Amino acid sequence: MEKVATKKTGLKKITSYMPLYLMMLPGLLYLFINNYLPMAGLVVAFKNYNARKGIFGSDWVGFENFKYLFKTTDGWVITRNTILYNFAFIVINTVLAVLVAILLSELTAKFRTKIYQSVILLPFLISSVIVSYLVFAFMSAESGFLNNTVLPALGLEPIAWYNEPKYWPIILIVVSAWKTVGYNCIIYLATIVGIDRGYYEAASLEGAGKLQQIWHITLPLLKPVIILLTMLALGRIFYSDFGLFYQVPQNQGALYSTTNTIDTYVYRGLLQLGNISMSSAAGLYQSVVGFILVLGSNLWVRRLDKNSAIF
Amino acid sequence: MDKETKLFQLTAHIIMTLLTVLALVPILLLVISSFTDNDTLLRNGYSFFPSKLSNSAYTYLFDQGDVIFRAYGISFFVTIVGTTLSVIITTLISYPLARNDLPGKNVLSFFVFFTLLFNGGLVPTYLMYTGVFGIKNSIWALIVPGLLMNAFNVLLVRSYFVTGVPTEILEAARIDGASEFTTFRRVAVPMAKPIIATVALFVGIMYWNDWNNGYIYLTTRTDLFSIQNLLNRMIQNIQFLSSNSSSVSNVQEGLAQIPSATVRMAIAVTGILPIVVVYPFIQGNFVKGITLGGVKG
Repeated sequence: MEKVATKKTGLKKITSYMPLYLMMLPGLLYLFINNYLPMAGLVVAFKNYNARKGIFGSDWVGFENFKYLFKTTDGWVITRNTILYNFAFIVINTVLAVLVAILLSELTAKFRTKIYQSVILLPFLISSVIVSYLVFAFMSAESGFLNNTVLPALGLEPIAWYNEPKYWPIILIVVSAWKTVGYNCIIYLATIVGIDRGYYEAASLEGAGKLQQIWHITLPLLKPVIILLTMLALGRIFYSDFGLFYQVPQNQGALYSTTNTIDTYVYRGLLQLGNISMSSAAGLYQSVVGFILVLGSNLWVRRLDKNSAIF
Repeated sequence: MDKETKLFQLTAHIIMTLLTVLALVPILLLVISSFTDNDTLLRNGYSFFPSKLSNSAYTYLFDQGDVIFRAYGISFFVTIVGTTLSVIITTLISYPLARNDLPGKNVLSFFVFFTLLFNGGLVPTYLMYTGVFGIKNSIWALIVPGLLMNAFNVLLVRSYFVTGVPTEILEAARIDGASEFTTFRRVAVPMAKPIIATVALFVGIMYWNDWNNGYIYLTTRTDLFSIQNLLNRMIQNIQFLSSNSSSVSNVQEGLAQIPSATVRMAIAVTGILPIVVVYPFIQGNFVKGITLGGVKG
């Protein structure tokens, strides 16, 4: 029977798989339209875009858009911000997530542990628009909780938070940790739960305390996962959480020096300034460098653990 | 329990309680301020212990909330339709990719997963959707751009089909005379329910929380605003008002009457409410989904 099946001619073979190809059709069509067609539109980065002439009719300008992007400080500021924020997020959110995961795994009170875990995951599910409302309730110059309650209690003057770029790196780092630590810790928690209990029992018999067990058993076994997730995050270092950087500082011009990232720059260029050519130059810069970084980090991940690589 | 273990447990509980409180505090401030008397809020600022409480923000929502109820309806519509379509398309494209015998499987896989590596980005996508497909200012703007935004979901479902649905069972169904479609629908999909539920959750939350597509594509049709778009517009207007208080008359028609501070907070609370209501039921699946997807995430 099986022999006969494999001996089918090429055409017959394809026909018998027709239903499977048909199943894929909607998805393939969608990806073609949503993901592949726009790639052709990347040529806009090399053109002086004119809405009347359209994408393909506009005049070529070569690398002018890129030159201009880096001649102004914009190109460097958005690159610097994007990379530095991502570095900070990777380090701080990883440390916090690992710490929380270890604590959750060691707690013996199951019910309370469940509550802790549920509550710290909750912020992850809240949209960035609503997060910006939460931040506004704390930071608003006139009625914010900090200016009305906290700072007076400390005997400090109110601060116009939305006009002071220097505070925003800290604010954004705190908001990012608040929003994502609950989510990140679950992956580490799953790894810890999978560790053979025998290691801990043996260590306990040898007289190792809890902290020693964490240091000598949990952390070393978590290391591969930490490295893996960090490398994947490094691959995405040219992309930023758009909602966080656009919504939370409420698109305030006064804050751009410390809140503008490649994503928000591209967005504003397109929708507020109508500077489509410049915006697409920044977009292409992001896509190309992002591509190289994702590919590179995936190669590294592959070396470390073949099953975890995406490709 | 020895002394060190006890001490460790106590410290861990204290740290975790602290972190849990920190996670809740901002949400608590939001809820409390929605129940604060509006004048009290304007005079004393946002506070955890307002001197005067009031439910007038919520009575306002119920009495005058046409715009809000409409937005709520749009949010539910978009979430349900978008999630359903997305799950169907994702499952349909994942199943053949999980089949080792499919001719051309590698090329097709590459076609799907390359989108995770490289994309045209916002500008070309925007120009295409508005120029070629004309979804600007239509309800499709809220649904179409997010349908398969992340080929990562395909990766998840495909892996599940590979590991969780044994080839023998599929072959048995075919020997019994089932067509490919029947095998898929009656055998493969029911077995992959856990992962399909997980993807539905991820996509559903993405649709519920999406403000971006409405912001980009709905420039004149504010009647199609979802609850997130409405909130987004309102916070822009606060900023607009505080920086140009002389030109209040310019504020967009329809939303011209800016609701009071507490009403805005009440709307934000209603925006979180559906998630909080379903959260206890979805939490287990959600955690499983993150764990499954996490390492590849």
